[in-house]
Amino acid sequence: MRDFLWLIMIILYLGLAPVLGVLASGYDRVVTARMQGRQGPPFLQPYYDIMKLFQKEAIVVNWLQTAMVVSFLMFTIFTGCLFFAGGDILLVFFAHSLAEVLLILAACSANSPYSNLGAQREYIQMMAYEPMTLLVAIGFYLVCGSFNVADIIQINMPAIIKLPGFFIGYCFILIIKFRKSPFDLSTSHHAHQEMVKGLTQDISGNVLGIMELGELYENVLLVGILALFFITREPWTWLLAAVCCSVVYFLIILIDNIFPRVKWEVMFKYTWLVTFGFAGSNFLILMMLRR
Amino acid sequence: MKLSKSPWLLHYDASSCNGCDIEVLAATTPRFDVERFGIINTGNPKHADILVITGGVNNQAKSVVKQIYSQMPEPKVVVAAGICACDGGIFKDCYNIMGGVDKVIPVDVYVPGCAVRPEALIDGVVKALAILDQKRDAMKSHAACEINYDKNSDTKEKNQA
Repeated sequence: MRDFLWLIMIILYLGLAPVLGVLASGYDRVVTARMQGRQGPPFLQPYYDIMKLFQKEAIVVNWLQTAMVVSFLMFTIFTGCLFFAGGDILLVFFAHSLAEVLLILAACSANSPYSNLGAQREYIQMMAYEPMTLLVAIGFYLVCGSFNVADIIQINMPAIIKLPGFFIGYCFILIIKFRKSPFDLSTSHHAHQEMVKGLTQDISGNVLGIMELGELYENVLLVGILALFFITREPWTWLLAAVCCSVVYFLIILIDNIFPRVKWEVMFKYTWLVTFGFAGSNFLILMMLRR
Repeated sequence: MKLSKSPWLLHYDASSCNGCDIEVLAATTPRFDVERFGIINTGNPKHADILVITGGVNNQAKSVVKQIYSQMPEPKVVVAAGICACDGGIFKDCYNIMGGVDKVIPVDVYVPGCAVRPEALIDGVVKALAILDQKRDAMKSHAACEINYDKNSDTKEKNQA
């Protein structure tokens, strides 16, 4: 019965993640527009965008790039399935990093200087947020005694009670992961990008559509990991997790709208400061309590 | 789903006096909120559907215009904004001016004016959206035609045989 349940979760993830991703993205664009005193696009605009991209011709600069972008989608879906099937959270983070590296390789394979610069900045972003992802996995292990997502959601009280520092650190790196200002260095959803479209510069038409689809799967996975901080064996905590994730998502949109972009040095410094300041001190306290 | 629900725009100044450019940029600022039509001002030709181009195109800009046009994936439309982009305007007889964007790349919509009026520009882009959908349909039917053509050529060969 238990295996059967995880199979259902995988099918739900495969089917619903793009829908949820599009709705979240549409909500983001409408709320952003309202914050700027505009009417904003239709709620389903991200869906229209992706459907348009799939109808367009792709200008393929080399076959390697297309292969890498398709692999990025595959590995992101694999990572998400692993997570929602209750797999090992360490493996989830490693597979997720691999997906990200494939995207960087896709950008590196093009000759465009904008694309290469975007790839370099994406590397720097990875360097900034990777310690935090590893710490999140370790934090859950310290609280639950297991790396398995299936075990983590069976704990007695929400993990955030013991892991507030980890939660703050993870929310901080979510801004980088969602490509939001002030940390949308490698590529941006907005037009205020000094190196045009950076990472996605040479990805066009339906290949860009595949990448956008991959990002939708990725965003749902990241919110899923955020929900892990709240979920316990009590069913009502799933509702709590949904509410808290919505609040965090709203805050990220707010931050996106009130901060200008920073240079990579500043991003790097602040991310590591927050990571080791909040998550690191939380980690030390947990280690002392375990003695 | 129609392509015109998500038109991404690219603006290029091919030796304009900047009058039209100011109008184009002003029309795409948050104040006029073109995003409510799904329009995004993208700086990347590889992501763009509509090329809004100003100026009569001088010798230096000629190759750039050609390159930008060739980098845009099909289906795509070109809007010539301002009288200079339409036919060269007052610069028409200059030694270095091509005399209109259509001397270099195919143009779908001509929006006259000196400088181009925002209302006229928005009208032009809306016309371009209809052409974008037509081009998409043509691409589909063209693909179908190619298959038919192949079938016909097969039968021709068979007949000849």
